Amino acid sequence: MIRLRGIHRVFPVGEEKVHALRDVSLSVAPGEYLSIMGPSGSGKSTLLNIIGLLDRPDEGVYSIDGEDVTAFGDEEQSRVRREKIGFVFQFFHLVPRLTATENVELPLVLAGVPPGERAPAVARLLGEFGMSHRAQHRPDQLSGGERQRVAIARAMVMQPTAILADEPTGNLDQSTGKDVINLLEGVNARGVALVLVTHDPALGERARRRVRMIDGRIESDSGASEAR
Amino acid sequence: MRGGDVVRFGWRSLSSHRARTLLMVLAMAIGSASVVVLTSLGEGARRYVRDQFEALGTNLIVVFPGRAETSGGMGGVLSGRTPRDLTLDDALSLLQIRGVTSVMPLNLVAGEIWHSGRRRDIPVVGSTSELQHLWHLSMAQGHFLEAQDPRRAIPVCVIGSKVRDELFGTGPAVGEWVRIGDRRFRVVGVLAPKGQFVGLDIDELAIIPVTSAQMVFNLQSLLRVAIEVERHEDVKPVRDEVLKTLARRHDGEEDVTVVTEDAVASTFDKILLALTLAIGGIGSISLAVAGILIMNVMLVAVSQRTGEIGLLKAIGASPLQIRLLFIAEAAMLSAVGGVAGLAIGQAGSLAIRWIYPELPAYAPVWAVAASLGVALVTGILFSLLPARRAARLEAAAALARR
Repeated sequence: MIRLRGIHRVFPVGEEKVHALRDVSLSVAPGEYLSIMGPSGSGKSTLLNIIGLLDRPDEGVYSIDGEDVTAFGDEEQSRVRREKIGFVFQFFHLVPRLTATENVELPLVLAGVPPGERAPAVARLLGEFGMSHRAQHRPDQLSGGERQRVAIARAMVMQPTAILADEPTGNLDQSTGKDVINLLEGVNARGVALVLVTHDPALGERARRRVRMIDGRIESDSGASEAR
Repeated sequence: MRGGDVVRFGWRSLSSHRARTLLMVLAMAIGSASVVVLTSLGEGARRYVRDQFEALGTNLIVVFPGRAETSGGMGGVLSGRTPRDLTLDDALSLLQIRGVTSVMPLNLVAGEIWHSGRRRDIPVVGSTSELQHLWHLSMAQGHFLEAQDPRRAIPVCVIGSKVRDELFGTGPAVGEWVRIGDRRFRVVGVLAPKGQFVGLDIDELAIIPVTSAQMVFNLQSLLRVAIEVERHEDVKPVRDEVLKTLARRHDGEEDVTVVTEDAVASTFDKILLALTLAIGGIGSISLAVAGILIMNVMLVAVSQRTGEIGLLKAIGASPLQIRLLFIAEAAMLSAVGGVAGLAIGQAGSLAIRWIYPELPAYAPVWAVAASLGVALVTGILFSLLPARRAARLEAAAALARR
């Protein structure tokens, strides 16, 4: 359960201050499928970063599964991020020198999971995503769609509470994009909350709950009543 | 994160930037190689000097006339002031001391030697037959001074090989007469070439009986007396006894300086050790330079790898882990560089030993350990700043950039 209350985020830009988020409150239930849409600069990426603990709000309270993570230090936040959040990016962000298997394995490595336990978990995920035959390939030997599959496998390997996807199809052609969305939705169907940031209305409409942001505020939330 | 994983991650990162990694390893290697080579030179010099002293014999006590005023450091090397003569009789009285096997009085004077109109300026040594054994002198022709009463002034001399060449050319030397000072001496032997020994060119001197030398050059005092002791354990008691005996003979005044070879050798040992340390320190400057190079390159690497660092943060790497990863990379670089440097350095000292066989240029173990240690420490130290910068990187900003 992700719960944001009265979140403000201000960036100083030169002399001025830009309000990226103004008093944003949002709850994401376990297993929920949520899209955040809005024009660029509306604050959706900032919101996603705050949910993913990559950024700290200037004001407001954020809790995950009842823990107030805004009060946590850097080391503690890293642990929460590692255990509960999976990221999927527009530009995949795979480590170029590592194979698909090693990229997927990375969160387990950081968590200190012994190699013997890592291998089966990684192999199973790559199998599920139809990537077994590409397991030993490096990112530059993979197509865009394959890279994103590896990235999703990496986001899933720690069995997180939520997957945060920032324009996951933004760098893919339409049909591979569709495959990737299907994959993410399949993951969501297994009970992992999916927060999808996009400016593509067709994509955003697929989510059961749709949040529209404008100018740092939540303008509309199709499922707000249900979540509160 | 497990240790093995840290190493593997660092290794993958280093091996994916071969040229950069090789350059940094090279810098480290040059640093630690220079420490090894320089200290092996210093250590070689130390051993060389020590071996020279050992060649003189460690069962040796040397007595100088006069008392060294300062008791520190170089004790006997400074010959003292206020000398009362150390006479030949003084020297011979020491033969009575238990444990003394031989006493060798010595005079050394700048003199000249003549033969059929040819003159050479050479050092003239006045001594006894014991000198041959003590200085490990071997003969090319004839024989050394014969054992006889040292108080007798016998007109015989032994000359160095170069003196022979210069005075006699290819003609016979043994049996010929030469003039030293205003007296005539018969050449009884020619020394085999030996070169420098105890600061003298053995090939360019003449040796005459000690009493003859005192008469020719009008000397009252000996330059020094070397006393050979039968067993090494006896050196200390004999030394004390020597002081007592001479004080008795000199109206109760301790006016001589007694030096054991051990003391002189250990003084030289200390000096040369300090020298070795100093040049080792100079060598380690290049290690520090290598450290700064590593820091530079790593700072560049951090800015090149912002995307990767951001990603590591996004998938749950803590600032501490990121720091650890960068420090581990630097440590691995310096370890590999250090070990490579040791190998190069050992090859270097091997080359020195090959070119100068008389110089036992072996790097001391402490220097090898220290150069590895310094390499590791500098590598780690200079990676702290880049590592901290990486750990503080804003993940969100790092990921947004592309």
